This record gives sequence, structure tokens and C-alpha cells, in this order.
Amino acid sequence: MSTRSSTLTGRIMSAPSIIALFLWMIVPLGMTIYFSFLRYNLLSPGMEEWVGTLNYEFFLTDPAFFASLANTLLLVGSVLVITVIGGVLLGLMLDQPIFGRGILRLLVIAPFFIMPTVNALVWKNLLMHPVSGMFAWIANSLGFQSIDWFSEAPLTAIIIMVSWQWLPFAVLILLTALQSLDRDQKEAAQMDGAGPVSIFFYITLPHLSRAITVVVLIETIFLLTVFAEIFVTTGGGPGLATTNIAFLVYTQALLQYDVGGASAGGIVAVVLANIVAIFLIRLIGKNLDR
Amino acid sequence: MENKQTPLGHIGFSIFAWIVGLLIFFPIFWMVLTSFKTELEAVSIPPSFISFDWTLENYAEVQARSDYFRFAMNSVILSVGSTLVGLLFAVPCAWAMAFNPTKRTKDALLWMLSTKMMPPVGVLVPIYLVFRDWGLLDTRFGLIMVLFLMNLPIMVWMLYTYFKEIPSDILEAARMDGATLPKEIIFVLLPMAVPGIASTMLLNIILAWNEAFWTLNLTTADAAPLTAFIASYSSPEGLFWSKLSAASTLAVAPILIIGWFSQKQLVRGLTFGAVK
Amino acid sequence: MGAIRLEKVKKTFGTLDVIPGVDLDINDGEFVVFVGPSGCGKSTLLRLIAGLEDVTDGKILINGVDVANEAPAKRGLSMVFQSYALYPHMTVYNNIAFGLKMAGESKAVIDEKVQNAAKILNLTDYLERRPGALSGGQRQRVAIGRAIVRNPAAFLFDEPLSNLDAALRVNMRLEITGLHQELKTTMIYVTHDQVEAMTMADKIVVLQAGRVEQVGKPMDLYNNPANKFVAGFIGSPKMNFIGGDYAKKHDCHEIGIRPEHVAVSTESGDLPATVKIAEHLGAETYLHVNAGGFGPMTVRATGEVPLGEHDKIWLTPEQDRIHRFDANGIALGKL
Ligand SMILES: Nc1ncnc2c1ncn2[C@@H]1O[C@H](COP(=O)(O)OP(=O)(O)OP(=O)(O)O)[C@@H](O)[C@H]1O
Ligand SMILES: [Mg+2]
Repeated sequence: MSTRSSTLTGRIMSAPSIIALFLWMIVPLGMTIYFSFLRYNLLSPGMEEWVGTLNYEFFLTDPAFFASLANTLLLVGSVLVITVIGGVLLGLMLDQPIFGRGILRLLVIAPFFIMPTVNALVWKNLLMHPVSGMFAWIANSLGFQSIDWFSEAPLTAIIIMVSWQWLPFAVLILLTALQSLDRDQKEAAQMDGAGPVSIFFYITLPHLSRAITVVVLIETIFLLTVFAEIFVTTGGGPGLATTNIAFLVYTQALLQYDVGGASAGGIVAVVLANIVAIFLIRLIGKNLDR
Repeated sequence: MENKQTPLGHIGFSIFAWIVGLLIFFPIFWMVLTSFKTELEAVSIPPSFISFDWTLENYAEVQARSDYFRFAMNSVILSVGSTLVGLLFAVPCAWAMAFNPTKRTKDALLWMLSTKMMPPVGVLVPIYLVFRDWGLLDTRFGLIMVLFLMNLPIMVWMLYTYFKEIPSDILEAARMDGATLPKEIIFVLLPMAVPGIASTMLLNIILAWNEAFWTLNLTTADAAPLTAFIASYSSPEGLFWSKLSAASTLAVAPILIIGWFSQKQLVRGLTFGAVK
Repeated sequence: MGAIRLEKVKKTFGTLDVIPGVDLDINDGEFVVFVGPSGCGKSTLLRLIAGLEDVTDGKILINGVDVANEAPAKRGLSMVFQSYALYPHMTVYNNIAFGLKMAGESKAVIDEKVQNAAKILNLTDYLERRPGALSGGQRQRVAIGRAIVRNPAAFLFDEPLSNLDAALRVNMRLEITGLHQELKTTMIYVTHDQVEAMTMADKIVVLQAGRVEQVGKPMDLYNNPANKFVAGFIGSPKMNFIGGDYAKKHDCHEIGIRPEHVAVSTESGDLPATVKIAEHLGAETYLHVNAGGFGPMTVRATGEVPLGEHDKIWLTPEQDRIHRFDANGIALGKL
């Protein structure tokens, strides 16, 4: 239906959302960009001055930046690998006829609904505590030395926690994709003499490629800004061992009150996220045309 | 891979699958179990699985010591509030995009989506300063606005994909029947879209309930929801594992249940319709 | 009362010129059928009349009043959609009553009208059901009921029967015709089924690419098509067209002859032909033949004919049934 009045109504009806989002994202982003060119510290108000790209130079040459960039990439990369591979395997598993599959499925996806702060504290205390944690007890009863996760392998600990949280997301989506796979196609391949392994590589995996792409892109967007898990467990430490870019920006802004530097860092984070976002938006945009 | 399995192989595989599933679920199970132990038992080695004195004390303690319900109330107000405000904005917008598309509709949708890709740290500084200057820090109103705006693109998208499935004929029929636009939306579109709207609301409540960037950075006490309350247990002064577990169990239970009920529809919302 | 008049009605979608300019007169009480190939703009024209699309230019007069800029509900028309477009969440009763509620009628009036419509359409037993629990034919009747109760100036139908199976379609066709005789309200009916067009219409409007090719009574179009397009479109199986010398003999560019107007003989005739496929339907037989230099033709023989592949036959067109066309496809009139 398209009449002049309906087109106009359409505009009016969508305007509030579009304007609200514009005010929420574009305006603050503009302010961030502006602040990133100022020397601006909340501890010395009224002293703001234009410093050009100085903040960026400081931020980008700060060893903390490299450390946190490396941590960010390591965190994102490891979690992606773990969740995608784990997601495919668990998806395949849950696609089989299993006793009580429905309930099993609920158990597997449960971690996704756990709030990040709970996730972090349960893992940190109940499971990974070097003395009274579950893992320590298991290691000791098997005759090993228990690990003090948050001082010996802090980033690994964070990676495990975050992977646990995001694995269900991958499972949920890959399972949905698996269930939409034509049974006929698999049966045709079986008639052609393909074994389970060839069916997986020639039929199942190509069918999943799109879903995997979506999982990778969406997870990347969220993983680039993992915050709460770090905030409540390690506080970025020890040293910079678990500081990612999001956390670095947070420390500069709300702990050191360095608005200019934090803004520059924020923009760097935006640029990183956008590199991923472009691919995701293309993919979804193509989908819209169908 | 619907291979004919032997009954034995079938049972073996089921057992294996259940072991894997239970391992994944274990942290949650352990948290719930610990919430029923005394603090001493909670840290005891070896850990006790069944043979301990089950107690509900922790749940009572959590409330008594820390005013748990105030935080819980904040969580409810923030997630439900932001969801309702979101519906108010997103329903008309999704209606317009689904039924009155123009050449720019697709671009608008993708632009909305792209705002979701923006890392919050990119706008943390100005939002924090604006909140400070306007007295919005640690207010429920301010946080409802933030959560609503944060999830608005997802709401519009989800509703849009649901509305798209409603044949526009039916809305046109209503128009021929003399329904004005508000009546068309209220009497025809919304009742038909109830399942879609419900799952949109549920997803939004889940996301808002678990949101832990803005809720940690923009609240201190008054408006702090459960995410912030749980985070306060991270301070090392004394480990109250049982109480932490009790508080955590209470904090995740409602969402876990909602999530379990709406798992099918969540896929669509979380992938913007890219996986069906 | 429902006389509808279109004056230079134009519709473009972006740069796509769907209706380049249509003039049309529809008298009060007339049953008018729009036919034409898929994508020719039938639905668009109907939706323009309904007000679901804006005209790009031109006037739409209902009983002499230009309604081109009125909202759909203000035009006093009812529409029956191809998909029925019933409200799935309302009972049959509420589906039919919805329009009346929107118009602010009282409960008593609504009830009377709904019950009355239900009686006419045999829906009384189904009033409390939801559309999902009805058969295709019943849904169709609900859609018609919804249209009736509003006492419209005219009914608009967009291929209302195309989702029904063949047998039901015949039934509903008769029901709609019966309804028209009873209500005597103007009806505009879009279809691409020519049997519907021929049997139901007082007046057929043949459209092609958004243009009106011919308007007339069904038998007028059948007997005197204005051009090759109408000649080929009306009638089934399609009219045969023959050019070349045989056409020259008739002093035109091309002649057209309907399959039912060709005599078949195994001994003699005007044109020699070879049977390729014979479709035996019992009451009649369609012969798809190769008529030498004239190319493939279809002819219809009455009753059972003992002919099959490779049989040699002779064809003789009935001379007073031959249609003549000039090089532009315009009909030249009978010889
Ligand atoms: N909203 C629209 N935007 C752009 N083009 C449109 C729109 N609606 C219809 N068209 C185009 O206008 C032309 C006529 O469409 P219409 O639906 O009127 O055809 P129709 O005669 O009803 O065909 P059918 O018999 O298949 O229903 C088609 O080429 C169609 O693609
Ligand atoms: Mg049509």
C-alpha cells in the first residue's frame, strides 16, 4: 500500500525511534571525537585546550595500548575458536535423537542467560579459587598442584569464563541452522555413498557457513567490549594482564578522569568494531533483499 | 546423519551427551547447591555434594544484610521499564518500515543496526558527563533511557521481521472497513503480532536485566540493579560464598526461566533474522 | 447507488508506468470484470478505485463525486481479497462486524446485519469459529459477508476464487452471480480466468500493459474482438492466427479463426493437416495439428473423433467466422 498520506504517516511513525537513536549514538560519538582532540581532565576543570592528535599519539604509543590490544585480540580470538568449534560439535550432538533432548538443550543453553557479574564471581570463587574452588579440589585429588588461576593464568581464566557464557549462543544458532538442513539432501548424499565424515564436510559444514559467519560477527562485536567479567574479577590485572581496550578506556575515563585520552581510546575501539560491523551489516543487508 | 544406531550405541551416545550437558551446566548447579550450604560447608574441602545441612538461611541473610529486594526491584523496574518505553517507540517504527516501506527503509534499518555495533566505550565519556551534568547519574530514569536506547535497534528489527510476516492485505482490509490508523494498529496488527511482540519483550527484558556496562558505570546505590549488587561481592573483604550464591541464584533465576521459554524466538532476535 | 467513472487515471511506481491513462464508465448495478494477462495492472487499477493506492493523476468519480483523494473507508466501497484477508484473531462474527463497529453502529444493528449476512451466506453455524477453523469456501464466504454488511456502493473483488479448487470455484462463481442478482449492487471483479469473465460479467474490460484494449459484453468480445490481442485472449482454446497467402485471399494481413469454427474432415477441405496430438475429453476433442505451410493450429471437434497421431485430415474454416486483422493487429471487420 502506498498512498501519499501513508508515506507521510510512515515517516512520522518512524521518526521518534530514528531521532532517539541519532541523539543516543551520533551526538555522543561526535562529542567523543571532539573531546579526543582536547586536553581535558575532570580533575582540572576549565583547563581544556585543543591539542590536535596528541591524545591519539599518547594512546596509540602507550605500552598499555599494545598490551590491551593484544589482550583484546587474544580474548576475542580464543573465545571465537572455542565457541564456534564447541558450538558445531554440541549442535551436531543435540541434533541427534537423544533421551531427554529437550531438557538437555535447556541445560546447555542456560549459561547464556546468566548475568555477566554472576558468571564472573561464580567462576572466580566457587570454581577457580586456588584453595576451596572445585578445580583446586579436582586437581588435588588427582595428585596435581592446584592452579591459582587469577595470578598464574588470568587471561586464560577470563577466556574460559567468557567462552562458557557465549558457547550457548553459538549452539543455539548453529542448532537452528542444522535443523533447517534438508533431510533429503543428507539422504541423497547417503544414497550416493557418502559416509558421515564426507556428509559433514561436503553438506553440513557448507550449510552452516552462513550461520557460523553470523555467530563470528555478532560475538566479535560483543567480545570486543567485554567489561563486567574483568571489572569484578581481576580489575584488569595483575598489571595489565587482563586489561582489554574497553577496560583501558574505562580506567582512563572514570579512574584517571582523563577525558581526552579516554575519548581517543573510545574512538580507536569504535574503529576496531566498525571493521567487523561492516562485514556483518553487508551480510544482513543482503539478507534483507531476499 | 540419521544413521540407524544400535540401541546400545544410542544409549551410549545419550549418556555421553548428558555428561557433556551436565558439565556445561555444572557451574550453575554448583552455585544453586552452594546457596543452600552454610558458609563453612561452602568452602570445605572436599566439597560436599549432598551430605550437608541444607539451609535457607543464606536467602534470609542476603535480604537482611543488603536490602536485596531494593536491587531486585531496580532490576525489574529497569528491564520492564526500558522494555515498555522501547515498545512505545519500536512498534510504530517497525509498523512503518514493514508496511509503508520507502526507498530508504532498508538503509534506515541497517543504520539502526549499525548503531548497535558501536562499542559503548566509544560514547562512555560524553554520556557520563551529560548524565553528571543533568543529574541523571544513579537515577532509574536515566538508566531506563540508556537501556531502552541500547536495545531499541534490536526491538525494531525483531518487530519488523515479525510484522513482515503479517500479510498487508489484512491491514488493508481493516482500512477498507473504516479503521483509522490507531485502530488498525490496536485492533488488527497488535493482536496478530502478539507472539512476536511477546518474544521481543522477553529478549529485551533478558538483555536489560543482564546488561553490565552501563549499569555498573552509571549507578552507585539508588538505581543500582542486581548486576551491580552482585559485583559488590567482588570486594575481597571476607568471602561469603553461600550468600553470594544465594543472591546470584535469585538474580539469575527469573531470567533463566524466561530464557528457557523463549529460546526458539531468541535466535531470530539475536541474529537480526539472518538465521532462521 | 454505485456508478463509477474513471477519467484519465494514471499510476506510476517510481519510474514504472503501470497505468498510463485509463478512462472507464461503470454503470450502477453493473457486474464488470477486469481481465488481462498477469502483471497488466488489474489489481493496481482495482486498488486505485479502492483507495489503497494513490492515483498519480486523473479522477475517480463515485456517483459523480471525485474521491481520488479520499481515504479508502470514505469511498463506501467493500473489497474481497484474493487471500480473503480475514482477521485471524477474531471470530467469524467479529470479522463480519468489524466494519460496522468501526462505523460506530449500535450493538443491535450490528447483530441484525451480521445475522442477516450469515443467513444469506450459510454461515450461521460458524459465527463463533475463528477463520483458521474454516474451509477455503467458508473463508471466502466470510470475506464476502464482511463486504456485504457495509452496504457498499460497489463491491471490489480481486481474484477471489483463485485459491479454491476447481469444483468449489464453480460453486462460488454461481453464488457470487446469485448474490449480484439479489443485491443488484455494482461489482468490479478482477480475474484472469476467462470462464469467470465470460459467465459472470455484464461487461468485460480487457487490459494489457495498463491499457484498456476493449470494453464490451462478453459475447461482443467473443464475436467482434477489436484487435488481435483481445481475439487471442478471449476464448479457449486460443484463436488460431494464419498469415500469408490464405490471409491475402481474405484481403488482410492475418486472419484469425477459433478452434471451434473449423470443420474437420478426413476427405476434403481448404487446408491439409497432420494430427500431432489428440486430446480426447469425451464431449469434445482438441486436435493439435500441423497445417502444412500454416504452421501449428488447434481445432475442436465435437464428440469422440477416432483420430490420432500422424492421421491426415482436412480443415475448413467457417467463412463467416473468420476475423481479419491488419498489419497492426487491428480488426478489419468481417468480409
Ligand atoms: N507497489 C508496487 N511497486 C512497484 N511496482 C508495482 C507495485 N505494485 C504493482 N507493481 C507493478 O505493477 C504492475 C501491475 O501489477 P498488478 O498487481 O496490478 O498486476 P495484475 O494484473 O494484478 O497481475 P496478476 O494477474 O498477476 O495479479 C506489475 O508489473 C507490478 O510489478
Ligand atoms: Mg493481481
